[in-house]
Amino acid sequence: MEVKPPVPQIPAPVWGDFKDLQEWEKYHQERGTDDKTSNALAAIADAIHHMPGGWIVTTSTEKIFNWARKSSIWPVTFGLACCAIEMMATFASRFDVERFGMVPWASPRHSDLMIVSGTVTIKMAPMLKRIYDQMPDPKWVVSMGSCANSGGPFRHGYHVVKGVDRVVPVDVYVPGCPPTPDSLMYGLLKLQEQVAEFQKTGRRATTSSESR
Amino acid sequence: MTPAEAATRIRDQFGVDAVDASGALSVPLRRDQWQDFAAFARRDLGCLYFNWLTAVDWKEQGLEVLCRIENLFTHLAVMMRTMLAAGDVHCPTLTGVYCGADWMERECYDLLGVVFDGHPDLRRILLSQDWEGHPLRKDYAVDTPHTPYR
Repeated sequence: MEVKPPVPQIPAPVWGDFKDLQEWEKYHQERGTDDKTSNALAAIADAIHHMPGGWIVTTSTEKIFNWARKSSIWPVTFGLACCAIEMMATFASRFDVERFGMVPWASPRHSDLMIVSGTVTIKMAPMLKRIYDQMPDPKWVVSMGSCANSGGPFRHGYHVVKGVDRVVPVDVYVPGCPPTPDSLMYGLLKLQEQVAEFQKTGRRATTSSESR
Repeated sequence: MTPAEAATRIRDQFGVDAVDASGALSVPLRRDQWQDFAAFARRDLGCLYFNWLTAVDWKEQGLEVLCRIENLFTHLAVMMRTMLAAGDVHCPTLTGVYCGADWMERECYDLLGVVFDGHPDLRRILLSQDWEGHPLRKDYAVDTPHTPYR
């Protein structure tokens, strides 16, 4: 029997198919809508929500789910540049994000959060996108440091992506060059606040004023 | 061998004036002397150590390829340099003399677009294979749109 290597099923949109950069970015900022399980769960939740008195059930379960989600956000171990040093310091015992339930995990398949810590080069961007695609939904991204936010001091370099939000959707931007562990922890706490507002299954949270 | 002796031998052999510039013998060569000089320096001057190779973009005057080789026992450093004509990007390879020149020449090709004739595997080494242009050239616009993430 012939054993074939697995073919990576990663969508490879061709740049030429897009009209302009805005369209390309829009494509990458949107989440997939073809997740059948999430759609089914969303439909069920909608049905319960519209039954008389059903909103009590949905909102309370949502609260419980979101509490569980925000209490165990596992960031994938993914360091790109010098910000990764500060990220490691944040993970280590002195600052200890484990008390927030964050375990740096060495596999994207088990992780909920990607901390983009450092400069994203054009060569690295496809790999970053691949790791992001390997993470299960729901997932969040923290952009850490000036480089990941906007390109930083390397913005006018020939090889730097001018902000990681051109590659993956970002939830929290942490400024700094590099951000101190305190800043990163503040960003992570902000992320927890955002996760607490997370909408029904498979949906992404909007700002808190919109979600109410 | 002192730098002065080495300079004399270089003048006898190749007819170029080697000047002592900041600790290294700077040897301006013609392009057709490039490989011969490297072989000579390795064999007769004992420059076994290939330190680095790079190029400089002098805009309308063309590209200049530089290479530093050293004799670590006598502390003799030789800086080979050759000026390519304006618009010309071809330079002979040194991989036949120094194996270590392989990746340095690939890097030089990658970033400055110097084509090393005779190189066994002249591909890009740092940038991705589909990159357009050579970014360390002076005429490379930094904001050249590069797909897909710019």
